[in-house]
Amino acid sequence: MIPATFDYDVAESVDHAIELLGSRGDAKLLAGGHSLLPLMKLRFARPELLVDIGRLPELSYVREDGDRIAIGALTRHHDVATNEFLRGANPLVAETAAGIGDPQVRHRGTIGGSVAHGDPAADFPAVLVALEAELVVRGPGGERTIAAGDFFRGFFETALGPQDVLTEIRLPKLVGAGWAYLKFHRRQQDWATVGVAAVRSNGSARVALTNMGAKPVRARGVEEALASGADPATAAARAAEGAAPPSDTAASAEYRGHLAQVLTRRALERVMSG
Amino acid sequence: MAVTEQLATGIGASAPRKEDARLLTGQARFVDNLTAPAMIWMAVVRSPHAHARIAGVDLTKARAAEGIVAAFSGAELENDWKAPLPMAWPVTEDIRNPAHLPLATTKARYVGDGVAVVLAESRALAKDAAELVEVEYEPIPAVVDVEDALADAAQLVHDEFGTNHCYTWSIGGGEDVDRLFADADVVIEERYRQQRLIPNPMEPRGVLAQPTQATGEVTLFSSTQIPHITRVTLALATGIPESKLRVVAPDVGGGFGAKLQVYPEEALAIALAMRLGRPVKWIEERSENAVATHHGRDMIQEISLAATSDGKVTAVRVRLTVSMGAYLMIITPGTPLLGAWVYGGAYDIRGYAFECRGVFTNQTPTDAYRGAGRPEATYAIERAMDALARKLELDPVELRRRNFITEFPATIASGLTIDSGDYNASLDRALEMLGYDELRREQAERRERGDTTQIGIGFSTYIEMCGLAPSRILGALRYAAGGWEAATIRCLPTGTVQVLTGTTPHGQSHDTTFAQVVADRLGVGYDEVEVLHGDTSLVPLGMDTYGSRSLAIGMAALCHAADKVVAKSQKIVAHALEVAEEDLEYDGGTFRVRGTDRTMTVKEAAFAAWHAHDLPEGLEPTLEETAVYDPSNFSWPAGTHVAVVEVDTETGAVELVRYIAVDDVGTVVNPQVVDGQVQGGVAQGVAQALWEEAVYDEIGNLVNGSLADYLVPSAAELPTIEVDRTVTESPNHPLGAKGVGETGTIAATPAVVNAVLDALAPYGVTDIDMPATPERVWRAIKEARS
Repeated sequence: MIPATFDYDVAESVDHAIELLGSRGDAKLLAGGHSLLPLMKLRFARPELLVDIGRLPELSYVREDGDRIAIGALTRHHDVATNEFLRGANPLVAETAAGIGDPQVRHRGTIGGSVAHGDPAADFPAVLVALEAELVVRGPGGERTIAAGDFFRGFFETALGPQDVLTEIRLPKLVGAGWAYLKFHRRQQDWATVGVAAVRSNGSARVALTNMGAKPVRARGVEEALASGADPATAAARAAEGAAPPSDTAASAEYRGHLAQVLTRRALERVMSG
Repeated sequence: MAVTEQLATGIGASAPRKEDARLLTGQARFVDNLTAPAMIWMAVVRSPHAHARIAGVDLTKARAAEGIVAAFSGAELENDWKAPLPMAWPVTEDIRNPAHLPLATTKARYVGDGVAVVLAESRALAKDAAELVEVEYEPIPAVVDVEDALADAAQLVHDEFGTNHCYTWSIGGGEDVDRLFADADVVIEERYRQQRLIPNPMEPRGVLAQPTQATGEVTLFSSTQIPHITRVTLALATGIPESKLRVVAPDVGGGFGAKLQVYPEEALAIALAMRLGRPVKWIEERSENAVATHHGRDMIQEISLAATSDGKVTAVRVRLTVSMGAYLMIITPGTPLLGAWVYGGAYDIRGYAFECRGVFTNQTPTDAYRGAGRPEATYAIERAMDALARKLELDPVELRRRNFITEFPATIASGLTIDSGDYNASLDRALEMLGYDELRREQAERRERGDTTQIGIGFSTYIEMCGLAPSRILGALRYAAGGWEAATIRCLPTGTVQVLTGTTPHGQSHDTTFAQVVADRLGVGYDEVEVLHGDTSLVPLGMDTYGSRSLAIGMAALCHAADKVVAKSQKIVAHALEVAEEDLEYDGGTFRVRGTDRTMTVKEAAFAAWHAHDLPEGLEPTLEETAVYDPSNFSWPAGTHVAVVEVDTETGAVELVRYIAVDDVGTVVNPQVVDGQVQGGVAQGVAQALWEEAVYDEIGNLVNGSLADYLVPSAAELPTIEVDRTVTESPNHPLGAKGVGETGTIAATPAVVNAVLDALAPYGVTDIDMPATPERVWRAIKEARS
């Protein structure tokens, strides 16, 4: 309930945030606070300095960017879920946001915060991997773009350096595409026990899994099977190939492997008929 | 207009809750809202080990911390205690009862056991200082499994006993029962596991102790269900005379039995406030609550039924092996025995044998949790009835009907007498609401076509024994206190009324329902009645709130106090109107001289009693009456609950799609309040069936001690609970009312598990542990198929 002592500073701009991050050995960005603050209250996380970027309105937006979509990192889940343009152009992301946590979480938590946290049980990472999204990062050396598939490195570990700020998420439009994100969880508000993101566009399908390893897992076996003409049930049987899911109080690794197959089949049935 | 008001707030009306305005506008006063000049904060240093010898406690760094006021180890305070923390129910003469001090001194016996305490100028500083306390632990293997704990070579939780066995208590049995089993056409033998549960009231615990060193007086504000019992027992533990100790329960945000307890932090706050001469406050953290507030259930149940081939149950045999946890708290040993009387359920059964073994483990102590013993009993008998129905290939409804008790009063095999009931009536109503035949048809169709989503229907035709309790029975059971309750009605000269009740609400709407009854009886406005409670100085007499006793016992006392007010008023009115008392008729607050239009009200009598200018000879001034009521019997609610589930047979996920609760709680004072009790209770019972379990690893760590992992369901997980009632009035209660605080929790758990097993019947699954998680359901199907 009571975090250890920390300092707090408000960033006036992204560049200012980068500068503040460099001012201490253990500084952390604070956006919606829905991942970081619980860890601090349990004293599992003890940053020396919190850099609050929650007051940078320029990082909260959803806009059309040619044939792509750009979402500002500080856009709250509720705003992602209810954005009219996004609901037409990439309903997969909007629907995923609508299913995160509970209303309080969705009104505070941000897409960038969720992605940067690198939690393998969070929903956006697998969805962004399946979409082959790009993440725009600004750091002391300037701006760079990282493919979602390269961004997630491990358990709560991403390609972000200590002074990097994730600023934007770039997505394809899903015109005429099939899509699904199926999440299995015990309660509505819970993290995914297992999640499956599937996208079919331009004749090929991409499948990525939530909470089937230390980072989102691209189900290559399923994709290969589909490419060689397998039906959803046959392809889905390969869903857990190469995955190393955790065993915890929510589920055993064995059961997660089973769930991945069932959910993948169901997701593919939707994607293929859509 | 007057008629409308009467309808809106009288007995039987859903009067708007008096509590809501202050709760919904942030004007309630919970312990954490209270502050005092010069107040300091306490933090407790807790053992991270389930079992460890305390080799040393170094407070040097903590005593040098910023804002520190004082720090103490358990050993340093050991001699301050005049008695250990209370255990009020030594269920047998030879029970093993370890001395339980507020802080451990030589050995920590569960994760969360307090070993030291720090006091500092703020909550955060106290927390920081607590981190600086260096405790040298020598870990010992932990005792976690309740059956392994009884093995000869088991590690000992309390070395001095030479065993982890705490007590064995039994009733019934003997040759008659043996013969009934020997002669039975059918015998069912089942074994169930009641998982350990964390009560999780929305408000964690909290205390504020305010001392007056000069006089030796202390006021303890505590988030408790039992200020009166706390005062008695902490006077003994701390040595502060009871006459100088005041205990106040301000607004309390839920208890569910977890605050029917006297806790180490209460004793510590009192003792340290007196020692330091400053008010001491402690507010429990949520993660602290998971280990430091008592747990519920946690037992192995073995139940056997003897029956005839046509499904008439003749005898029930029960053996429980119950985890006490590391210490015996206020009613730890007695809690499972509250169920001992109702393992025969709503059924007419001749033979009964019950045995309960209490066992120490290195875990948080167990104690009362909503229903306390009776949910466990109901689960066992209701599941066993379904097992018998399966064996005899009978519809579970038909089997129940063949066994129902139908004549009242009924003395049951455990020896108690059920005063009233009509079990077929609530079952009939539930089946009607359900559309039973139609649902069975749909179930058959889905089974036929091998649908991956199967339907299950589960019944629980429960009874409950509540309204704790007749004092003579409590005495016979070796409980240390009585079961009476007190109420005072104080009619003030300006026409308003104060009601003092010794029961102590923590969410049950006493302010509302007690005012409804008094307004009705004395003819005063609902808004003119204030209900006061939860303060031992304001309301000196009381036995507090638990076991669905407030309406069943506390309201009965209140009705008797109202009768006394009316009787005294009648004397005053007769004198004033110069008629004989017998010439007066009374209705709803007004006396009328028979056959005339001459009237006088209770309000007017109250004014006359106050100015006392002209009272009848010998009558004392003022109109204030107290009644103390000791019940002659328990309260016996009953009913039928039905759960309908859909099971996704591919993932094992269970969805509760319908839930029907038809309860007979006798006369209802406020339907909205009763509906709320039933719905909340059902949610908690369903939670045990499908979601909740305190999971310990083999070395005694609670591995899901946060609300992210310990799954308390929310509204999103539950269907609309369809509530209805049948009414048989209790002949022992002035209003005909029965208790309602626990019915939902008692009834719901077996209804849901029976529904899950019904859905899995085509696969041959006949058993599943609680909670019936998707993974457990999936494994059960997989194992049954292989």
